[in-house]
Amino acid sequence: MNEVATSAHFKENAHEALTDARLQGALGFSRNFVGRRAAAVARLPEFDALRDSARAIKDHTLAHLDLYLEAYERKVRESGGEVHYAQDAEEARQIVIDLCRSMGAMSVTKGKSMISEEIGLNHALEAAGIEAVETDLGEYIIQLRGETPSHIIAPAIHLTAKDVEQEFRKAHRDLPPDRSLAEPEQLLSEARQVLRAKFLAADVGITGANFLIAETGTSIIVTNEGNGDLTQILPQAHIVIASIEKVVPTLEDAAQLLRVLARSATGQDASVYTTLSTGPRRPHDPDGPRAYHVVLLDNGRSAMLGGEFEDMLRCIRCGACMNHCPVYQAVGGHAYGWVYPGPMGAVLTPSLIGVAEGGQLPNASTFCGRCEEVCPVRIPLPNMMRHWREREFERRLSPAPLRYGLGFWAFFASRPALYRLGADLAARAMRLAGRGKGRFSWLPFAGGWTRYRDLAAPEGATFQSQWRARSGAVR
Amino acid sequence: MNATAASEGPTRTSQPRVGLFVTCLVDIIRPSVGFAAVKLLEDAGCKVIVPSQTCCGQPAYNSGDRATAKTLALQAIEAFEDCDYVVAPSGSCGGMLVKHYPDLFAGEPDLAERAERFAEKSHELVSFLVDVLGVQKVAARYDGTVAYHDSCAGLRELGVKTQPRRLLAGVEGLTLVELDQAETCCGFGGLFAAKYGELSNAIVARKADDIRGAKADTVLAGDLGCLLNMVGKLQREGSAVKARHVAEILAGMADGPAIGESQKGPRQ
Ligand code: SF4
Repeated sequence: MNEVATSAHFKENAHEALTDARLQGALGFSRNFVGRRAAAVARLPEFDALRDSARAIKDHTLAHLDLYLEAYERKVRESGGEVHYAQDAEEARQIVIDLCRSMGAMSVTKGKSMISEEIGLNHALEAAGIEAVETDLGEYIIQLRGETPSHIIAPAIHLTAKDVEQEFRKAHRDLPPDRSLAEPEQLLSEARQVLRAKFLAADVGITGANFLIAETGTSIIVTNEGNGDLTQILPQAHIVIASIEKVVPTLEDAAQLLRVLARSATGQDASVYTTLSTGPRRPHDPDGPRAYHVVLLDNGRSAMLGGEFEDMLRCIRCGACMNHCPVYQAVGGHAYGWVYPGPMGAVLTPSLIGVAEGGQLPNASTFCGRCEEVCPVRIPLPNMMRHWREREFERRLSPAPLRYGLGFWAFFASRPALYRLGADLAARAMRLAGRGKGRFSWLPFAGGWTRYRDLAAPEGATFQSQWRARSGAVR
Repeated sequence: MNATAASEGPTRTSQPRVGLFVTCLVDIIRPSVGFAAVKLLEDAGCKVIVPSQTCCGQPAYNSGDRATAKTLALQAIEAFEDCDYVVAPSGSCGGMLVKHYPDLFAGEPDLAERAERFAEKSHELVSFLVDVLGVQKVAARYDGTVAYHDSCAGLRELGVKTQPRRLLAGVEGLTLVELDQAETCCGFGGLFAAKYGELSNAIVARKADDIRGAKADTVLAGDLGCLLNMVGKLQREGSAVKARHVAEILAGMADGPAIGESQKGPRQ
C-alpha cells in the first residue's frame, strides 16, 4: 500500500483549500518562485540549450535504464555498499525496516525524500518502534503537524512563519516560553538546536537522492540547509532510498542536470549544498557511515517505460511546473490528495496509484501549457494529462453527463448543415432571452459558469448565417 | 472610424484564397469578430471564403474523446481543402489546427500527411497578418487605454506575443498598458470553466484584479473564450472594464456594444 490518497476527492479538497483564508494567505509565497526562476534564466543565455541536453541525457538513460542500473549497482558494490531492489512501497518499507532492525537501530534521522513520502516510510518506522526524525526544516515542521508535504521542494509552503512559530512553541516545551521566534532565522536556529541532539543520537541516516551516478556508484543530494550532510555522515549507517529513474550515466551528466535543476526550482544558480556520497567510510576517511545501502524503488515506474507516459520519467523533481500552475497556485498541494501535486503529480499519480483513484487530477487543468513551457526536461505535461483523459474516456470512467453531453454535441457538430441551422436558431433564441442586458447572470445547464460569472448573450444570427445571407452563398 | 490595412508585404501576383475558420464561439456568440477578421484579411489583399463548418473538435479532444475529435478534424480538413490558407480568430482553435491535428493522425500515414499539410497552411489571425502577409500597420482608431491578455494556446503553441502589440501600437488614440501577469492563464480552459467552476473562478478572480490594477478601460485578447471568462467575472464584480476581441479594434469595428454589454447600451 502507498500513502493513503484522497485524489479522487480533488474537487472537494479544492473547495476546502479555496475557502481556507489562512491557506490562501500562505500560498502567495509560491508565486515568488516564478520571478526568481525568470531572473535566473535571464542570467544564463544558454539555459534553453541546457534544457535540451538535460532532456537528451534523461532520454538516453531511460532507453538503456537496465544497463545503467546494473552499472550503478556494480559500482555501489565495488565501493562497499549494497543495493536492494523494491518492487513496490511495501517491499521498500520492509527492506528499510529490516536493515534498521539488523543494526539494532532505535532512532533514524532523515533528509528530505519524496520517495520516503511515496512509500509512507515514517509511519512504518514508527509502527516498527523506530523513531524517525525529519531534519529538513520544512519536513520537520510538517512532521510535527502530522501533515504531508504540499510541495515537492518546499514541503511546508502552505504554512506561514506564524504557523511555524505556534507549532514550535507547542512542540519545544522545554525551551524558555518568552524566547523570540519572530524572525525566520530564529525559527531555523531553534530547529537546528533541537535537531542537533537527534543527529548525534541517530543510529541510521536515511536520505533520498537527486541523482545516482552509474559510472561511480555515487548518490547526489542537493539541499539548502546542510541537514542532509549530517544525516548521512554522523550515524553508523546511511540508507539511500531512490526510484529507479534517478540514475544517470556520468558525473558530467549530473552536473548538466544540476545546472537546470536549481534554476528551475528556486532560481538559485546552484543549491547551497550539493553532497555526493559513494559507499561507506573507507579506512582512511575521517568520518562517514560504516554501512551504505541503496534501496531502489520501482513502484510502477518500469511499467511506464516504452509507453505513452515514459517522458514523465525524465522528471527531476524541480517543482517548476507547480510553481507556475494556475491551479496549484489557487489550491496548493494538499488538494491533489497524494504525494505529488501540481502538473507532474497530475500525470504521475494515476500512473502510480491508478486512474480510478488519481483520474481527477489530469482533468483539473486548463491546459494553459505553462508547466511544459518551464519544465527543464521539456516534459509535455498537458499532452500526457490528455492521454489520461483519453484512457478514462475509453474505459467509460469519465462522468456520464460529460460523455452524453459530448455525444449530443458531436452528433450536430459532425453534420454541418444541421449544425448551422441549430446554432443559428439557438443563437437567435438566446439573443432574445438575454435581451436588454446583453448577458446572462444565470443559465440552466451552465451553473458552473453563471454561479461565478456573467455570460455574454449572442449578438443574434450566427456568423455563418449572416455571411450566407450577405453573399448569397449556397454551398 | 474606418480602417484601411496597408499591406507592406511582398506584392502578390494573385490574391491568396483564405478560408476563415470562424470558430464556434465567434459563430454563435460574437459574429462581429468574424466580420472584423474578414475586413482585416480583405484589407490585406486576401480573398476570403467561409466554407461550411462547425467546430475544430477541441472540446472532444480535451475531454479524451479522440474518435470524435478525429471526425471533426477530417471534416475541417476537407472543408478547407481548396484554400491557400486557413485563418482562425483564435489562438486556441488555431493551435488545434496547427499543433494537434497532426498529432491526432500520428500513425496513420496518409491522414497524417494531409493533417500536416493542413497544419502548414493554418494560422491564427493576427500572427497571419503580421508574419505571413507582412502587415505592419492598420489604420484604425480607438480612443482608450487597453490591456492585452496573452491567451495561453496562442502564446505557447503559436508564438503570438509581439504581433498583436505591434499592430495595436499603430492604432490611433490607443494607449497600450501591460498587465502584471499577461501570460498567466485566465482560468477558462474550455469545459474546465464549467466542470471546475469554483476553481476557474478563483483563477479568473486574480486575473480580474490584475486587469483592474492595470487601469485599462478595455481588455483585449485574441480568443473569445478567455474574453467571455474575463469580462463575465469583471461584470459580475460590477467593474466597468470592457472586453473586446483584438480583431475588432484592429479592424476599426469597435463601435458596437462591447462583449456582454447591453445591445441598446451606450455606443462609443
Ligand atoms: S515535471 Fe518538469 S517542471 Fe515539473 S517537477 Fe518534473 S522536471 Fe520539474
